[in-house]
Parts: sequence; structure tokens; C-alpha cells
Amino acid sequence: MPKNYRDKNGDVPTNNATGDVSKNTMAQDESSFVAKKTSALKLWMRYIGINVRCTMQYKTSFFMMVLGQFFVSFSVFLGVYFMFQRFHSVKGYTYQEVLLCFAVFLMEFSIAEMVARGFDSFSSMVRTGSFDQVLVRPRNEVLQVLGSKFELTRIGRMLQALLMFVYAIPRCGVDWNFAKVLTLLFMLIGGTALFSGIFMIYAAFCFFTLEGLEFMNVFTDGAREHGKYPIDVYGKKMLFFGTFIIPYALVQYYPLTYVIGKNDNPLLIFLPLLALLFLLPSYAFWRFGVRSYCSSGS
Amino acid sequence: MITMENVSKSYKVAKRNAGFGEAWKSLFHREYETIHALKNVSFTINDGEMVGYIGPNGAGKSSTIKILSGILTPDDGTVLVDGRIPYKDRIRHVKEIGVVFGQRSQLWWDVPVIDSFELLKDIYSISPQSYKQNLEELTELLDLGELLRSPARQLSLGQRMRCELAASLLHNPRILFLDEPTIGLDAVSKLAVRDFIRKRNQLHKTTVLLTTHDMQDIEALSDRIILIGKGEILMDGTLDDIKKGGENIDETIAELYRSFDV
Repeated sequence: MPKNYRDKNGDVPTNNATGDVSKNTMAQDESSFVAKKTSALKLWMRYIGINVRCTMQYKTSFFMMVLGQFFVSFSVFLGVYFMFQRFHSVKGYTYQEVLLCFAVFLMEFSIAEMVARGFDSFSSMVRTGSFDQVLVRPRNEVLQVLGSKFELTRIGRMLQALLMFVYAIPRCGVDWNFAKVLTLLFMLIGGTALFSGIFMIYAAFCFFTLEGLEFMNVFTDGAREHGKYPIDVYGKKMLFFGTFIIPYALVQYYPLTYVIGKNDNPLLIFLPLLALLFLLPSYAFWRFGVRSYCSSGS
Repeated sequence: MITMENVSKSYKVAKRNAGFGEAWKSLFHREYETIHALKNVSFTINDGEMVGYIGPNGAGKSSTIKILSGILTPDDGTVLVDGRIPYKDRIRHVKEIGVVFGQRSQLWWDVPVIDSFELLKDIYSISPQSYKQNLEELTELLDLGELLRSPARQLSLGQRMRCELAASLLHNPRILFLDEPTIGLDAVSKLAVRDFIRKRNQLHKTTVLLTTHDMQDIEALSDRIILIGKGEILMDGTLDDIKKGGENIDETIAELYRSFDV
């Protein structure tokens, strides 16, 4: 540790530095930290810009993809619809409540997929060795991989989620107040982070297997399909899995019970943010993968 | 200054015989073979030098470049580039180097080249003035002009390589690694690329390490040659050392490979 410190500042920090000086450097550190983050964000926006321009080169393909994405989700919606034509509630949840759950979960997934698509298609980057190109650039690897792909076509899926929101929000019998809107917002944030984390783990596996691992799709696409119902519908074991192993329930079932008034505990409002912690082990695993990366071919 | 001291690197490579049955078998039981890509490689390159790094396919040229540019971590030995350990200090290191892999592109495929350059400007945080200045210089020397406005996928290989070179030099690096920069180029493009590399070295004192199979590249560019075979440095000398008889250079090199049994 001390060695690093010396490297960064160019000299050994002395212990008898006055309080003023240390405060000063702290402020400097902080401002350079902020500056770094803003510049990273700026660069990310640039990446998005170039990706969008690339996508627009093939506009027919773009519109077809958007339409396709929409209909894939729409067919899942039809499944729910027909289910509720026969049964009026599923384990005590009404049609509108399930739609609300579905809409939130689908939105979380679509945003994550749009933003973190670079991780999803990372296996080709490792296999063809274009990850080398990432490593010779003076920027964080995660930022560059995120920037390598931005899947605008996921707008199709979001549109579906949005339509369900518009339908379900006024009809699900929820007395909307600030706390509930906040909960919904936190669900979106937490869920997007959770799925991004899963995509990151998926990508990290590629360092060891070179190929993408299809079984990981169970946790992404599979979860998206099953997450249309609150997770307790699938029984205790699934709820345990969704709480402690891969915390889907934190961004779906628990806060949802608060939103629809089944549980009044105000802690549930902030519970979805706990899912952000999932990014830590994901990132650690990713770092581990990067360190054991051995490039391919010439 | 670049120093490599007793650097070794080995890979584990899965092996199997041809055929579907063998492929099936290898799913469950896989035999690995350890390939020693580099064995105790040591050399020093001074600032402003232009060095040709040659050797047959699979000799370890690319592995060396990848270690020097911070992509790979060596198993053993010390690597220092201007006082930095490339694989430990990756971000600080790669700011000061430019890398071109002849077989891969660093340009975005579907947008005009200038868009890629603009993005690189942000990636390297190049100040607007020096970006403008560098771009003007590179455009003139490499005759990019109109090329900048066409998407990378529509460029010919030679045109693209000129753009790749420019892309790797926008941030004005002190060291340039070129991995087979002339591969697959026609005569005119080859001459242009060589000419440019020479000028760059003379004008900016850029240190250049280039790998190639084209002996004319070597003849045109570098005074110093490092020959590597089977992961070991076989020779470190000048072109004259190799060209003892003054016959055709390709034959001389082939003769040299044979004499070292690589």
C-alpha cells in the first residue's frame, strides 16, 4: 500500500504534515475523482453516440429488430393475458398487479441489456482477440466494454414495458404516493444493476471458457420470462434463491408487496438498492478474469 | 528505453487429433501441451531506435509485443518500458505507446474514420490544440484527406492501414509497436507505410519496434535486427551482420532460419 501511495504522488507523504495540507490534498483528490467520473461519463456518451451512428447505418435492420423485440415481449404478455382469462388471480395477485410486476422487471432487464450489451456479446471479443485493443487503451476495461456495444434496438422491449405501465399503473388499485413512486424508481435502479452484474459475470466466464455459456441465459432471459410473476408464486425454495443467491426478489417481490399494499414496512422502499451490492462480487470476478486473460492468435 | 530481462511466457494449448470422434473425446478428456512462447528473452532498445523484430511464424514475436504493450503478463523475468512495468501499470503505460496490429482494426467499422479519431481523442484525453495539430500532420504525411470521411469498411486494406497508423499516433506516443504493419499491402501502400514510419522516427524520435515477414521492410527501415526463433533470441545485430554475402535478403534470412534450425 505505502508503495502505491508513493508512486502516485511522486514522493513519500510525511506524517507531520499539517491538518490544512492534508485537507487540501483531500479536496484535490475528491475533485480529481469527480473530474475522472465526469470524463468517464462523457466518454461513455461518446461511445453511445458512435454506436447509435453505426446502428443507423442499417436502418431497415434497426426497425425490424425493434419490432421483433417488441413482439417477443408481446407474446409473453399474451401468455399472461390468457392465463388471467381463465383464472382471476394467481396466488392472490390480480391481473393488473402481475402486469405491474412484469412491466417493472421487463424494464429493468431491457435497460440493463441495452446498456450492458457489451458484456452479453463479450465472448466474441475474447475469442477474436479484440479485447487486446481494449487493453492498449488508457481507460477502465469495464467502461470500454460497455462502450463497445449499445443496443438501441432494446427500445422495442422497453416500449412493451412502457405500455404495460401505462395500462397497469392507474388500474392496479394502488394509491400512488411519493414513497411508492420512489420504490418503483429504486426497483428500476436496483434491477438494472442486478442484471448488469449478471451480464458481467457471464462475460467474465468467457475469459476461462472462450465461448459464451448458454446456461447463464437461465439467469438472464430465463429470469426475464419467469419474473413476470412475483417470485413467491414459484414457492419457498425459489424465493430463498431469489433472496440470497441471485437477489431477484430484492428488486421484484419484496418492494412490490410494499407498492401494492400487502406489506407496510417502509424499509422495503430501500430494499431494491441493496441489489447494487451484487455488482461488487460481479466486478471482483470480472477483475479475476481480466488478470487471467491470455490473448489469442497473432 | 525498453528493457526485457530473462522474460519467459508459456501457454497451455489443448491438443487433439482430427475427426469427430476425437472432438467428442476431447470434450471429456483433454490433453494439454505447454508451449513455451518465450524463453529467457532479453534485449534493450534505446530511445529513438528503430528495431526490426523478425522470426518465423510462432516464434514469439507477437507475444513479445503483447507483453511490452501490457496485454500479457510474463511468467518470469522483468520488463521495463521507460521505467514502467507494462502489465502492472497498464493505464499509465498505454498512454505513452501506440500499437498497431496489422491483422486487426482499431477503427469503428461503420462510421467515417474521422469519427473514430474523435473518439480516440476522448479516450486519450488529447487536448483540442494538440489533437488538431497531430491530425493535420498525420493527414498530410499519410495523405489521408478524403479517406477520413469514408467509413472504415469501405476502405481498401492499404488505405485502412494508413488510417490505423494515424489512429495509433494521435496521442503522440513516444514508442510505437507495429505488428506486421505491411501484411497484405500492395507495393504502393507498402512504400507509403515504410516512408511514413521512417519519417515519423526521424521527425519525432519515436522509438519503433516492428515485426514483419517482409525483408524489404527491414531493409528499408531498421539498422538493428533482433531474430527470434522458438521463443529464444538467436541474434541481435545489424542488417550487415546478416547480409554477409550480399545476396538476396530473403534467401539470406531463410538460410539463417535453417542454420538455427527454427
